[in-house]
Amino acid sequence: MSDRPVLPELPTLPTDAPPSEPARQLGHFRPRLLLHEDHDLCPGCGEPLAIRTLLEVIDEMGEAENTIGVVGIGCYTAFTSTMDVDLVQALHGRAPSVATGAKRMRPETIVFTLQGDGDMVNEGLQEVLHTAARGESVTCVMLNNGVFGETGGHMTATTVLGQRTKNSLEGRDAGYHGYPILIADLLAPLGGTAYAARGSVHDAPAVGRTKNMLRRALETQRRGDGFSFVEILTMCPTGWFVPTAEGPGYLNSVLGAVHATGELRNAERLVTTAELLQAAKDDAGRREEPLS
Amino acid sequence: MSTVEARGTITIAVERCKGCELCIPACPPRVLRMSADHNETGYAYPELLPGCTGCGACLLVCPDFCFEVYQYETPILHEVGAIGDLGGPES
Amino acid sequence: MTRTLMEGSSAITEAAIAAGCRFFAGYPMTPFTELLESFARRLPESGGVCINAESELEAVGMAWGAAATGARAATGSTGQGLALMQESLSELTRAELPLVIFHMARGQSDYTQATRGGGHGDYHHVVLAPIDVHEAVEHTQLAFHLADRWRNPVHLYGDFLLAHTSEAVSIEAAEFEPLPEKDWAVDGTLGGSGRSRNVNPIGMTKGAKGIEPESFWKRLQAKHDQIAREEVRFEAEFTEDAELLVVAFGSLARFARYAVRELRRAGVRVGYWRPITLWPFPTEALAEVAEGVERVAVLEQNAGQMIDDVRLSVLGRSPVVPIGEISSDEAGFGIGPIFDLEDVRRRIQEVCT
Repeated sequence: MSDRPVLPELPTLPTDAPPSEPARQLGHFRPRLLLHEDHDLCPGCGEPLAIRTLLEVIDEMGEAENTIGVVGIGCYTAFTSTMDVDLVQALHGRAPSVATGAKRMRPETIVFTLQGDGDMVNEGLQEVLHTAARGESVTCVMLNNGVFGETGGHMTATTVLGQRTKNSLEGRDAGYHGYPILIADLLAPLGGTAYAARGSVHDAPAVGRTKNMLRRALETQRRGDGFSFVEILTMCPTGWFVPTAEGPGYLNSVLGAVHATGELRNAERLVTTAELLQAAKDDAGRREEPLS
Repeated sequence: MSTVEARGTITIAVERCKGCELCIPACPPRVLRMSADHNETGYAYPELLPGCTGCGACLLVCPDFCFEVYQYETPILHEVGAIGDLGGPES
Repeated sequence: MTRTLMEGSSAITEAAIAAGCRFFAGYPMTPFTELLESFARRLPESGGVCINAESELEAVGMAWGAAATGARAATGSTGQGLALMQESLSELTRAELPLVIFHMARGQSDYTQATRGGGHGDYHHVVLAPIDVHEAVEHTQLAFHLADRWRNPVHLYGDFLLAHTSEAVSIEAAEFEPLPEKDWAVDGTLGGSGRSRNVNPIGMTKGAKGIEPESFWKRLQAKHDQIAREEVRFEAEFTEDAELLVVAFGSLARFARYAVRELRRAGVRVGYWRPITLWPFPTEALAEVAEGVERVAVLEQNAGQMIDDVRLSVLGRSPVVPIGEISSDEAGFGIGPIFDLEDVRRRIQEVCT
């Protein structure tokens, strides 16, 4: 179980209404571009966190009235009824091409896709690769939880080795199921790609870093520099068969150990996930060295 | 008696909570705990203890949009029982 | 009115541009290639965009996105490429997107594909089958109009013969009745208003809890029923006193019509009947004609596809006999020996007695 504090002696404070004392409101239940808070996604799901962050960035950049979203098929599709931006519902895997057509006809708008790992990497791998290689001025956002969450936790092309899913019950085995695809590594080096990053929503600071990545990706598009891509690791405790409270830890230690977070491509650099992993290892090593 | 300073506070949409507990470890001052009661849907939900800083971490990690965050213009002191021995937050 | 000698592919391209087509995406495949080449050359200089898509999947996806913004958009392919596109073609029909599909088939063996499709769910596409380049110019513009009028894909069924035959045509923007505003199309402007759009295939509306696909799909059914009543087009000659009725479509109908006219001059009581819309098939019109004839002969360049629709229309009023067959060139492009006046005349005469 989580390290929940058990301090029953402490009085709890009222939280059912805004404070009566003078106070500044810093955060609202929902972002302005979400029509209402209710949704039917599972407890502990990471996708609403990513969607909140994306909608906040669009609004903060002043692009709310200039944005077209193209949404793939997955659990996140449920948000097409509440995301208050102009949307086109695409088929599973096909959002990048639909986004291409929309952007070519409305070049002044910000066009993004919202897809999952099953959508983008399984069914639609060639779509996103070609869109990136073409340097289309669109931003593809992929929510990566390493499973088909909507069908109940099945193996995708990003499922990491050893990960248990409903159709890899003993864990993904390289000899039998093959290896996961690090999609960001395929996209980042393409000539048309201007920005590629991998974020996560496993804790609050990670959400903040992911928000920066989304902002940089959309700014890349606004400048017309080329294709931009943000992969966001999200929790799927239901699809991983772990308790909700263990979702963030599982995400960071299991998926995050393979799909390492960081910027793979920006104006200054182009690195691989392996290099990000090595850098993280070096950092950790330095922290553990005793001060002399 | 002792006091705990609260620089901020939150409102919690208890009925929308699905009891995932993501907010509990996310809270830097550790002032959220899960309730013993359950909401109408049947989930335990977070409760606020004295000492909130209004940082908003709970809001960032809540999949169900259950939190609103406020920072007081002047920090508030909450009187609490002798909690120092329990290792809880202290002024 | 200036008339210019043009190959079918070029004429169709010019007609599409005259109709306001702004987006085209395709993947080369004979005899669709010629159309793609022509659009790639002409559309950019007319202020539009033509993308050489990496596959038919990308092509139809791009056209989907362009159409969703309200732009007049088109794609197309040959039978194989269209087979690849089927999932998108059916789904975007349910998303009520206007799209023109240039179905440049290898002969007439894609009648069933064009009229039934291979996609999912209850859906229909209007299918126009021009008999020559002149009619293809007219149909291309009509296709864009009908697509917008009904918010539904419309096929233009052509073949190698249509793509490559040169005819003297005049291309001017055709006049049509006014169309409703495309207030459903996404332009990005309604974010944050609470009224933002959602172009989707299940009738999902913003702010709604849950979805109601059943009522949405029933509304689509009603729309397709209305199209079936209102958009039927056909051509008939000598049907009043015909004993034999020859039914043919597209390029092969041009041979059938000529042969029937010749036989009429020779005193043979033969009639000619051509569906211009393959869907909706002019069922009632054919049933009426079939009432008075002794035999209905179906001439098509395939193993027998349109004959199903003919039988469903005639419904036993008179015998229906096939007089066509699979007929191909060595490359399989669908230009077979059946495209020959002598051959067509012989096939008709054989069932005259």
